[in-house]
Amino acid sequence: MIMRTYFVAGVAALAFALSSAAQAQVQGGSVSVVVTPEPPMLMQALNQNGPTNMIAGNIYESLLRFNERLEPQPSLAQSWEVSEDGTVYTFKLQENVTWHDGKPFSADDVVFSLDVFLREVHPRWRPIVNNQVKSIEKVDNNTVRLTLKQPFGPLLLAMETASAPIVPKHIYEGTAYASNPMNNTPIGTGPFKFKEWNRGSYVHLVKNEDYWMDGRPYLDEIYWRFIPDAAARAVAYETGEVDVLSGGAVDIFDVPRLSQLENSCVTSKGWEMFAPHAWITINHRNGILGNQQFRQGLMHAIDREFGRDVVWNGFGQLPTGPISSKTRFYDAEVVTYDYDPEKARELIKASGYTGEPLEFLALPYGETWTRWAETIRQNFADVGVNLQIVTTDVPGWTQRTSEWNFDMTFNFLYQLGDPAIGVARSYISSNIIKGSPFANVGGYSNEKADQLFAEAAIVPKEEERQALYTQVQKLLAEDLPVLWLLEMDYPTIHRCNVKNLVTTAIGINDGFRDAWKE
Amino acid sequence: MDLLRFVLMRLGKGVIVLFAIAVLNFFLVRAAPGDPAQVMAGEAGAGDEVFLDQLRQQFGLDRPLYEQLWAYLSNYATLDLGFSYRQQQPVLDLILERLPATLLLTGAAFFISLVLGVVLGALAARRVGRWSDSAITTLALVFYATPLFWIALMSQIVFSLKLGWLPNVGFETVGGGYTGIDRALDIIQHLIMPALTLGLFFTAIYARMMRASMLEVAGADFVKTAYAKGLSPAVITRRHIARNAILPVVTLAGLQAGQLVGGAILTETVFAWPGIGRLMFEALAQRDYSVLLGVFFISSAMVVIFNLVTDIIYRIVDPRIGASA
Repeated sequence: MIMRTYFVAGVAALAFALSSAAQAQVQGGSVSVVVTPEPPMLMQALNQNGPTNMIAGNIYESLLRFNERLEPQPSLAQSWEVSEDGTVYTFKLQENVTWHDGKPFSADDVVFSLDVFLREVHPRWRPIVNNQVKSIEKVDNNTVRLTLKQPFGPLLLAMETASAPIVPKHIYEGTAYASNPMNNTPIGTGPFKFKEWNRGSYVHLVKNEDYWMDGRPYLDEIYWRFIPDAAARAVAYETGEVDVLSGGAVDIFDVPRLSQLENSCVTSKGWEMFAPHAWITINHRNGILGNQQFRQGLMHAIDREFGRDVVWNGFGQLPTGPISSKTRFYDAEVVTYDYDPEKARELIKASGYTGEPLEFLALPYGETWTRWAETIRQNFADVGVNLQIVTTDVPGWTQRTSEWNFDMTFNFLYQLGDPAIGVARSYISSNIIKGSPFANVGGYSNEKADQLFAEAAIVPKEEERQALYTQVQKLLAEDLPVLWLLEMDYPTIHRCNVKNLVTTAIGINDGFRDAWKE
Repeated sequence: MDLLRFVLMRLGKGVIVLFAIAVLNFFLVRAAPGDPAQVMAGEAGAGDEVFLDQLRQQFGLDRPLYEQLWAYLSNYATLDLGFSYRQQQPVLDLILERLPATLLLTGAAFFISLVLGVVLGALAARRVGRWSDSAITTLALVFYATPLFWIALMSQIVFSLKLGWLPNVGFETVGGGYTGIDRALDIIQHLIMPALTLGLFFTAIYARMMRASMLEVAGADFVKTAYAKGLSPAVITRRHIARNAILPVVTLAGLQAGQLVGGAILTETVFAWPGIGRLMFEALAQRDYSVLLGVFFISSAMVVIFNLVTDIIYRIVDPRIGASA
């Protein structure tokens, strides 16, 4: 078999080392980070809650990390090769890696994680390994080979730490994973070790002295603080009680004020892997909502710029279609919908809408979403669409959305680096299932789109994938399965003397390996 | 002997009440939309049928309702409050872990409000119509009417941010590494604002009740008699008026004491105090049934016990009650 090395990791690591050598990193120091809400557990393979990933991404590692351009970087894999036909991936692992309990790490752990553990428990890895992967084998103690049934473009991206964390075989093999008592004291290979969880207050992580990467991490310890009230979180940052406010920790209208404090830096980077894409989900089964003209009218009726500039304080970009401009395969050459109430009225009239009330299920994620819903009701009222806002709590929203019990609602989904993983799921008809708010809950069904998404996932060449994704973006922009509103920004606010905090596509979720404090 | 029979009878009734509450709670939490598995799938940002089924099976939600009820009641009969699969901890551990912080906060607030309330109320009654009376009554009204979370936030902005006197959140300095007396002082620093915020609200209630009750008793015949036989006003206030006027305050204090363990959701939330109120509120938002039921049960047990204690205290404060009951 002819192998072609796409990427020699050593070179990139060297380049990175050189570029960051200009600054003199300081060893030691402690950083306090606000993360919200408090996660249910820290065993990342069993729980993919946002806050779980933020903390546990510094305890566990996966084979690869990703830079801001979503290019793979070495992590537990020091290099990797992809066969010419795109079906065989060979990962060369780092040497001298140990688990936090001192036991050695090897290819056995990787095979166990990917082939056994994650296949059983992980909702994102399971479909990939079941549908795309033929075999996962240990070649030698430091080499793992993964053979696919057919080429699958996003495979490397699925190696991100929340999607495929490597777990210790010696702790989990043969146990009931979900109730293993070790879940409370997570053992990973990452730069920080779990020390203590004082529930309701904080999680304490300390430096892994035996980390495989020489000289890392720089920091001695991290405290992840849980402060349930957004205003109190802002005060805690202002008084210096905490050093970092993770994305979403304070209300968006507080961001400009907090970023103007002394020694305060703000960045919207570090969310490229997720690229949260916000939209109004439309329930296509409900009367007029199945009408394309009506949806186009609604899109013209929404003042999306006002939403971004006023409700979201200027954070975020306006999307043009299903794929975020922050990620790969984006194409801007599609039909766009400017704010035009006149045109909206015409289209809505032509659609045959007779003024029947439509229910908008509000997203109970805080003030900003409530205000946004109110501005949209106003926009719709201006063009004669009668929108009634219904409120509920998070479990209520989850239930009604995942059981298709709504007319319209907000939602925002992570793009997860590749349209085959994070985008297709909201539009393909095979994903019209109950049980998850992140399925195709609106019931949109278009054979042509199904076909394009299916093909784009498995054609081997990047250019071919681009051509197919361009087609699907044009098609969906015309058809409007949902009303895209905003490519959201989640600004991270931090003391400027916490350096090198956000250097990857998942930001502070794995950023503490390289962070240091001046 | 009478007292013993009274206590035993009340305890027996208490057990029946607790059983009824436990059953009611079981159906109540399940009446809310959504279940813990759905919530976790929602939080994970992904989820398929397999994921949901695994979770429901783990939580025992796939079993018929009567089986779940039976398992829950038989566990409770042996004082086993169950296991939170969401947090991977026994419910009793989760509650006990939060109990000291909650008791410290609610206990301090209880003490502050009872002492301040009774003293201020008595003072206002003795100086009725004068400026000090108006000042106390007005302040009481302000603290009673102002939302707790607003006072909490404002005090954070004033005392933590502007003046820098007190820490704004938490139970103690995180990573401070204090021990012994230093740790106690550190915790007290953190306690001052939340305990006062919560305490002032109840102070207002006690003060108003004490004042009204004192004024009512002051007009009674036996007080006139006391004056007539030549007792000094201080003795009359202390021995005749205050002692009689305090009964309604004891009733109210008993009610408040019953809720000490339930925590104070608002205060705990705004001050990031790691207490039971927050545990309960978060469990509600996550539909963590076993934690929710556990907190409900412990709280209702406390209410039952404190009602009993209040009744016993009545008999001590006012011997007439014991004789007639």
